[in-house]
Order: sequence, then C-alpha cells, then structure tokens
Amino acid sequence: MNYVILGAGPAGVIAAETLRRTDPNGSVTIVGDEREAPYSRMAIPYLLADNIKPAGTHLRHGAGHYDKLGITLRPGRAARIDGAAKSVTLEDGGKISFDKLLIATGSRPTRPPIPGIDLAGIESCWTLKDAAAIAARAKPGGRVVLMGAGFIGCIILEALHARKVDLTVVEMADRMVARMMDKTGGDMIGRWCERQGVKVMTSTRVTAIEKSKNGLRLALDGGRHLEADLVVCATGVAPNVRFLEASGVKTEFGVLVDHHLASSVANVYAAGDVAQGPEMITGKTEVHAIQPTASEHGRIAALNMAGQPTHYRGSLSMNVLNTLGLVSSSFGQWQGVPGGTMVEKADPDHSRYLRLCFRDDVVVGALALGLTQHVGVLRGLVQTGIRLGPWKQRLMGDPNLVMHAYLDRTKGLA
Amino acid sequence: MGWQRKILVVDLTKGEAKAEPLNMDWAFQYLGERGLATKYLSEMMDPKADPMGPDNVLIFATGPLTGTMASTSGRYAVVTKGPLTGAIACSNSGGKFGAELKFAGYDLLIVKGKAKKPVYLHIIDDQVEILPADGIWGQTVWKTEELLKSKHQNPLLKVASIGEAGEKGVLYACVVNDLHRAAGRSGVGAVMGSKNLKAVAVHGSKGVRVKDPKRFMGAVKAAKEVLANSTGRKELTEYGTNAMIDVMQQFGGLPTNNFQKVQFDGTEKINAKAMMTPNAHGHRNLVTNKACFGCTIACGRIAHIDKEHFTVVNRKEYWLASGGLEYETAYAFGPVVGVADIDALTFAGYMMNEHGMDPISFGATLAAAMELYEMGAIKKDETDGIELRFGNAEALTVMAEKTGKGEGFGKILGLGSKRLCEKYGHPELFMGVKGQEFAGYDSRALQGMGLGYATSNRGACHLKHDVFAEDMEDQTGKGKAVPVKKSQDKVAMIDSTGLCLFVTAGWGLEDFQTQVDAACEGEWSVERLLETGERVWNAERIFNNNAGFTAKDDSLPERLLKVPAPSGTAKGKVSELGKMLPEYYEARGWSKDGRPTNETITRLGL
Amino acid sequence: MQKSLLIDPDKCTSCLQCEMACSFEHEGAFNPAKSRIKIFEFEHGRRAIPYTCTQCAEAWCLHACPVEALVRNQATGAVEVKEDVCVGCKVCTIACPFGTINYNQSTGKVAKCDLCGGDPQCAAACPTGAITYVDSDWTGYERMKQWAVKTDNRPQA
Repeated sequence: MNYVILGAGPAGVIAAETLRRTDPNGSVTIVGDEREAPYSRMAIPYLLADNIKPAGTHLRHGAGHYDKLGITLRPGRAARIDGAAKSVTLEDGGKISFDKLLIATGSRPTRPPIPGIDLAGIESCWTLKDAAAIAARAKPGGRVVLMGAGFIGCIILEALHARKVDLTVVEMADRMVARMMDKTGGDMIGRWCERQGVKVMTSTRVTAIEKSKNGLRLALDGGRHLEADLVVCATGVAPNVRFLEASGVKTEFGVLVDHHLASSVANVYAAGDVAQGPEMITGKTEVHAIQPTASEHGRIAALNMAGQPTHYRGSLSMNVLNTLGLVSSSFGQWQGVPGGTMVEKADPDHSRYLRLCFRDDVVVGALALGLTQHVGVLRGLVQTGIRLGPWKQRLMGDPNLVMHAYLDRTKGLA
Repeated sequence: MGWQRKILVVDLTKGEAKAEPLNMDWAFQYLGERGLATKYLSEMMDPKADPMGPDNVLIFATGPLTGTMASTSGRYAVVTKGPLTGAIACSNSGGKFGAELKFAGYDLLIVKGKAKKPVYLHIIDDQVEILPADGIWGQTVWKTEELLKSKHQNPLLKVASIGEAGEKGVLYACVVNDLHRAAGRSGVGAVMGSKNLKAVAVHGSKGVRVKDPKRFMGAVKAAKEVLANSTGRKELTEYGTNAMIDVMQQFGGLPTNNFQKVQFDGTEKINAKAMMTPNAHGHRNLVTNKACFGCTIACGRIAHIDKEHFTVVNRKEYWLASGGLEYETAYAFGPVVGVADIDALTFAGYMMNEHGMDPISFGATLAAAMELYEMGAIKKDETDGIELRFGNAEALTVMAEKTGKGEGFGKILGLGSKRLCEKYGHPELFMGVKGQEFAGYDSRALQGMGLGYATSNRGACHLKHDVFAEDMEDQTGKGKAVPVKKSQDKVAMIDSTGLCLFVTAGWGLEDFQTQVDAACEGEWSVERLLETGERVWNAERIFNNNAGFTAKDDSLPERLLKVPAPSGTAKGKVSELGKMLPEYYEARGWSKDGRPTNETITRLGL
Repeated sequence: MQKSLLIDPDKCTSCLQCEMACSFEHEGAFNPAKSRIKIFEFEHGRRAIPYTCTQCAEAWCLHACPVEALVRNQATGAVEVKEDVCVGCKVCTIACPFGTINYNQSTGKVAKCDLCGGDPQCAAACPTGAITYVDSDWTGYERMKQWAVKTDNRPQA
C-alpha cells in the first residue's frame, strides 16, 4: 500500500508513524514545503523568547527518526490532486501517485485587506523563518504593534514582551482572545497585560498602514495613529485548501471530513488544521486548529487509511494559553448550549475565573483563568459526559469544587 | 533550615503587612512555635495590657519541624495574652493550616493593633492582603471556610478563623482551623475577635527545607517506625484519645457533676467502644479516623449523629460527618455535666467547632451553672426555660448552641466558670486555676496533675506536662515536684518544635533530638533541648509575673484541697498541693513567691 | 511484571506524608503544592482520596506533546517528562482527561508522576497502606482501562 501525506506538521507526522505501526509493509511518504525537519509551530514562541534553540521545536528528536521508520520526507508543495488518477502534482512539477492520501497541509496566516498590509516591516508569525525575521527586528525598546490578540497573538505577545519591546496590541474584537474567552475572561487577560506594561486597544481596527520617517505609521479607526518599528500580524489563519479547487474534494472553510476523517473523494482523507470535521458535542463540522485535534486526527485518519475502520467521536475545542504568566484555558462549548445552564465565578482582583456550562448535569464546556492544577479534568468531564448528579447543584454554588465532583462521581478510580 | 527565617508582621491598626527576617538569635534560644512566640510576645507587648485591647499581640507560630516529614508535623501555636486568664495563652492546634502558613514562607504570623472594621488575611506566599470581612463576619467557622475558598476560587486555601463566639467575645472562644481542629484554650479566639480579625486564609508553595536532608530522612524514618510499633500509638489510632475515659473511670479520676464526684455512671455509653458500636437503629457514631498534617497516628475521629436524634431530626444541615468525640470533649459534655447521650455529646462538639469555642471551658462552665441551678442560685427564668440539671442532654446541646451564638443564657455561660460563679455569689464552685477550667482529670486522684494544673502558665491545663505514669503508680504528692518540673520543660520543648505531644506515645527525648538536630542549624543535644524547654517555661512565667500573677495564683479550688474524693482508688484523698508547691518552686529555682531567681534568669539567659 | 500504584482511599487518613515524600523526591523540599500526588478530602474528612497519574495506556499527554518531551519509561511503564525538552506549552495539561499532569509556574515546565523511577516514595511514606506499589494485575488496572475506553476515540476492532 502506498500512503502519501501532504504536510509535515503534527497531524502528518503522527499519521505517518501510525501508518508505519499499523501497516509495516506500506510505503509512507510525507511531502513538506519547509526546509527544516518537521517541527511544531506550538514551540515557535518559546524559540522567539529565546527559551529554546531551533532544534527544540522539532516534533521528533531521535537521530534518523524518519529513516529508521522508513518514512520518506519529500520536499515540495502540492499544486493539485487527482482523486480518480490517485496522483498528486507538486508545484515543482513532480508527480506522486498514492493508494491513500492524507491532506494535512495545515493552515496559513491571513492578513486583513487594508492598504499597506504587505509593506516591509510587517511580519506574520507562523514559520521558523517568520520567527527569525521577528527576532531580528524586535529589539529592546523598539516600538512593536501586534495586530490581533487572538490565541496566536497572545502567544507571540508573551515572546515579544520577553524581548522587552514597547508593545501595543490592537484587536478588533471587544476583548482579548475572543474565540477562547468570554468578555469577563478576555477583559481580565487584558487588564493583566496592561498591568505589565502592554498597551491593549480592543474594539480597534487598523484601517491603513504607511511608511513613515522612522518606520511605519498605522491609521486606526476613529482617526488615531500609531507609530511602529515593527508590525506583527496575527489576525487569523485559514486552512490551506486552495490547491484542492479543481480536485472534487469538498471544502467549506476546511476540507470536509466524516467520522472516519475521510473526505468526499475516495481514498483521500484530511487531518489537523486543514480538516473540517465533526465536533464532539454538537456534531457539526468545525475546524479546530489545535495540537490535540491534529494529533488525534492524524492517528485516527491513519488507522482508517490502513484498513482499520475507526470511528472518531469528534474533536473537542480546547486551548491553553499563558499570557505573561496568566494561564487560561477553554474547553468545548464554553459559550453554552441551547437549553443548558452555566455558572460563573470571577475574582478579578486575583485574576481568577471559572465558568462551567452544562447540559442537564453534564459539563459541556468550561473556561478557566488562573487554574493550573488538574485542569485536564475539565476535558475529562466534557469528553466523557459524566453525569454529575447532586454535584451539579453544588457546582452551581461553587464551580471550583469541580475536582471534588469529578473524583466523587468517578469513585476515585485511580 | 527548618526555619523559613522570615516572619510576617501585620499591623491591623495601620492596615499594613510586612515580612521581616526571623530573629535567629531568638530562634536558637527558643526553637520555634510556643517558645519563639513567647519570646516575641514578651518583647512586643506590655504584659499588663488589656487582653481584649489593641495593645495585645496575637501570634500564630510554627515550629522548625512544622511542614516536614517528621510525624505529626502539622502543629502551630496561637500565643497571646488570654482574656479568660489574663495570663499568657498558648494554644496549639493540628490540622493543615500551620504547615500551610510555613509553606507560604513564614515561621510566625504576628498580628498587632485592631482593624477599624472586620477584616481577614489572605496570604498566598509573598502576596499578603488585609481584606474586608464583609459577608463573612457573623458567619460560622464552617461557613467562613467555605465562603473564603469559594470567593478566592481556591480549594487549596487553608483557613483559621473564629466563629460568632470569637466575634462576640466569649472568653473561651478558640481559633478553629480546617473545620475541626482548634487552638482551643484560654480565649485566643476572643483576642482575634477583639482585633476585628475574622480569619487567616493561606496557601503556600515555597516548601520547607532541612539542614541535612539525608540524615533527617533517616531520623524521620526511624522515629516513625518507633511510633508505629508502640502500643500507645496503636491505641490512639484505633480508639482515639477517648480510650482514656475508661481508664479514668476505673481509676476514679473522672470529674463528674462539676467535680462533686470522680466517677460517672454512664461512661460505657460515651466511651471509645460506644462510638464504634451501632445503636438500636444500626447507626454507628464513628465514621473513620483522620490525621492532622504529617501525622502517622491519626487519633482524630470523624463521627456523625443519628438522624433520628432530637438534636438533628429536623436539621438536615447537621447530618454531615465532622469532628467527633475526643477524651476532653467526652469529659466536658459527658461526666462533668452528667450527660451520657453520645449523639448529644457529638452535637455539642459540632457546636464548639462550628461557632468556635473551647469545649473544656464550655462544659466545665455549664457544669458550674448546673450546680448553681440545682442549689437554686440560678433560676429557671434566667435559663431560657431550660432545666439546667446534671444529666439533661437538652441543656447541653441547647446551651452549646446559645453560647456559640451569644444568645440568651449563653451570654452568661460565655463568661467562663470563674466569672459565672462570682456573678452568682459562689466563687468556690469555679473548678479551675487562674480563671481557666480544668480538663478531665481530678487532682485528688492524680496528684502530679494537680501540681501541673496549679502551675500551668496558661491556667488549668492537662497538656503542659505529662506525669500520668508517676501519678498512677503513687497517689501521694511525694516526689511529684521534680517529675512535674522536668515534664513541663520537656513538653515546652515539644511544643516548640512543631510536633504533637501525642508522639510521646512512642518517642523518647532521643527521637526528638535526632530529628531536630538534622533539621535545624546548630547542634541540638537532648540537654540543649531540655534547657530550651526550661527557658520557655520560665519566659512564660516571667510574662505572667509581669502581668501581676503571684504564688497565690498557683492554687486549686477548695473542693480539691479539702473535700476528699468520694470514691475510686483515691477515695478519702485530697490534693496535696500545699506540700508539693514549695518543692516545685525549689526545683524550678524560683523564690518562695513564685518568681524565677536572678540566678535562674542568668542560667537560662533570660 | 510491571508494577503500579494501588490506591485504597478507605485507608487514607489524609496525613499528606505522600505529598511531602513526592515533593521531597522531586523538588528537594517538603512542598505539597508541588506534589505529583494529591489528597482530596470530602465532607469534613469523612473521606480522602489520593489521586495521581495511572500511567494510562492511552497516554493522552504523550500524544498531545508537540515536541516529544513526554516519553514512556519502558522499565517502569511511567510516562516521564523530559524537562530539557519540555517548552512549557501546557497542551498536555488540557489533553489529559484525568488532570494528572500539571504546569509548574516556577519552573515553566510540566510535572507528573514518574513512579520515582520504580521506587515510588509516596507508597514508601504512606503509614496506612492506602498507597502501595504492586504488580499491575492487582491495581484494578482493568477497571481503569474500562474507564479510559469511555474517554477514547479508539479503534473498534
């Protein structure tokens, strides 16, 4: 069996390893478009903060890891695929045929359509190359504007702050990390950042960027302006699906996949950031561009590709973020579900916050700020759908007893 | 090492909290906990100050072994001038609070002054806040802990607080930590209340280190084995301290009906076995045993009340399990008030913990009130319609709750036995010393205990010496002075380490020595440890002397000195305090009027 | 035969000797806040449950790690944190549905039970036998596995 994987991120690498384990005789090829060994974008901010060396970002550390497993790393980028002919054409003109194909091409940063957005001095932070460019330009005291205070923006924020730049964050939404935090939590993160000397401008839009005497000049809505030596753009990412336009592979935001991670075209699967798969609680398809989903997608797609039919329950959105030392996390349907209930407990003075969302007596989503101990149990509760019984009422009074509820309801199985 | 070398000083008048280095000279002289706090207290306040005024100082003190792997390392002491006695108060407690305070980085927490409005302390390592106690003041101990953990969204907080009793100045109010462990005696909770300090909530993550970790772990392991294998430890684990009630009953040293009797008809209904035996409904009082921090004994009892019992039948909130009977609570809610209803006793215990009161003082005060009632000195129209008769379980449980809440006749009971007896014109019925009520041992049967009671620096107390073996072997006052003195010094040392007195069920002095020496800087021999204990004892005594106490305060009630024990092994005997006391002063190196001589002061470097 | 921690909550007195032993072994100080095993108390002490990593076969933490900082020790079966590789991203802490791998703010790394390399100090310190280290067959491992199935997207063979 000839397996081809497009993309050398976590989903692709885990898929390749799973294929090798499951089908020892198959041929496994990963096509990657970056020159470095497969690495984790998750680790880039830590590189940017000088906490690790470039090799510290690598997904696998063993020397000759891929060779030993008989996994071929093929440089290149897919230009198009032909499901009927079972072949991939690369941008370099090369052609690769496959029996089973996994699309794990990830996502790419997007920039808002505003004048001057492509000027020199405006960087995204997505690849190791981007990171090197930012590192070279983000000097202590330098004026840096970070466009976008989403999840990725906040991770970069940490690294930029560590480089002691004069940092301003501009965010369109009314709060920081709007996609993983509600207003209460997002505002608490914002105030936390401000207390540490970061200027935070929410509900603010950059309308244009132009060159100025000393760097860049950003026009903001409402007529204000900002001067910057460096602009880091973290306004969002989108799945890399453009090369699939003529392939017949159905896409919406990402590649639509079913409960077996199979796309609409036979023998073609998708995993990770590029895949738009079932969500665990609602069953709707969603793109969850997060490490745990990439890892599960990769593993389960590979099992299905190798002929072990494996049902995927769906992905669970979850994130954990460290914003200048304030740890926040989100799980599942933290916005709540129709007909559900929720409880919130906030202590803004101490930057602590916990929200639990229930359907009946089952936790379906959670937000936490300042919680680092046993936080994974929030996932456990959402994922396993443990019925909380009488604990539901107690948690409505004090959601911080969630670990007790969990232990009591699982009888301390451990 | 052992010490965190840092103290936290909170001035509630100024609303300031600041960390200061620990005075290591004092630490080397006084070790920690009880001793070190005594030194700080003596240096920081005028012993004549009003205990309920802003000039009193309230110290929460850990020891060098608090928060280490030594068995029973959870102890801390609350040291202040006690309002019940006017003497130095030193009440220690287990649970988990003390270790947590140490983990936050502090050997001592010293509270001065008085807050304008009720406050509580919130301590997360170096972050210390004095926060308004809005919504918490007026709440019970149990509710306070729940509210603070919830408010700060931190189930890891350890809380020491006062209940309504401490807020309302019940003179034997205690500081309760971890729901049912208490720095119980002498009214340290009333002092906390007088400062408008409702609670201390702390979480620490700094850890505790020791001088020689490898040697320390070896010493700890060896000592734990000694303890594990000792008979005394096994009995404490299995039966708790209430195993004692049968011993005292047989011996005839069990104070009954306000010390009118020394044996009680009904111990089998409230003893350790009764706690473990299902009743007619199949309800078993004892749920489980529970340890304090670091404790490999686990003498603590967790009990629950029969749902059909009159105390809780319509009060579901008390159907929970909580701290159960120990010997002193069994005594104070049992024999001394003549009650033999185990659920009533357990309920009274809940009231003490929930509202923050010393069970010994409450029970003994109620006992005096019952005697006064039965003789007609207290009338039924004063007691909210309750028959204050010996044996009336309802009187016990209703008055426990009223006293805790400061309601009705409970307000009078909250004064303590001495003031209550004086109020009703019978001061001789107060069964205690220096204003503090006796624990559950009769000084006619246990002579050394009587001397210990009379000379205890915090007023009548059974926990400042341990001469049971001598007392049970020989029931005269002969030769008791020296063992009492030595034992007091030893206990003062143990109380200064951060460990629990109950480890003496298995440990000798060497077991303490090996652990202290491996943990603490300097060389700690047995001799140095004992001398430290003696120094602590004398420092307390000097505080009391300076507060106005003299030899005449080292006394026992006439009932024990003149009325012979009516039954038991000591039938016909009275306390021989008059003979023992001069010998004791001599052994202590004190003058006849009970003051340490200059020579003693010099010898101990006081 | 591989060994595992067997936990019997009914024997736990909540003395926290295990938490101290764990922190001493891993941090060199008695510091329950940094312990990999944690005692949870219920209702004024009616019950106490020691809780730590079961070294589950699924190893959610290991699979979620983006930099291969979590590895299985083949001798003990424990999933261990390679501190020099861990970047502190905390993804494993939300991926583990048991909540038994935690972020340590002071080191910037995650920490979990590593069975002390085969001589778990919590079990050695436990005075009541509530925590013992025994052959895996005895640990109710099967029970735990059934529980893990519920949490899993595993193959349906």
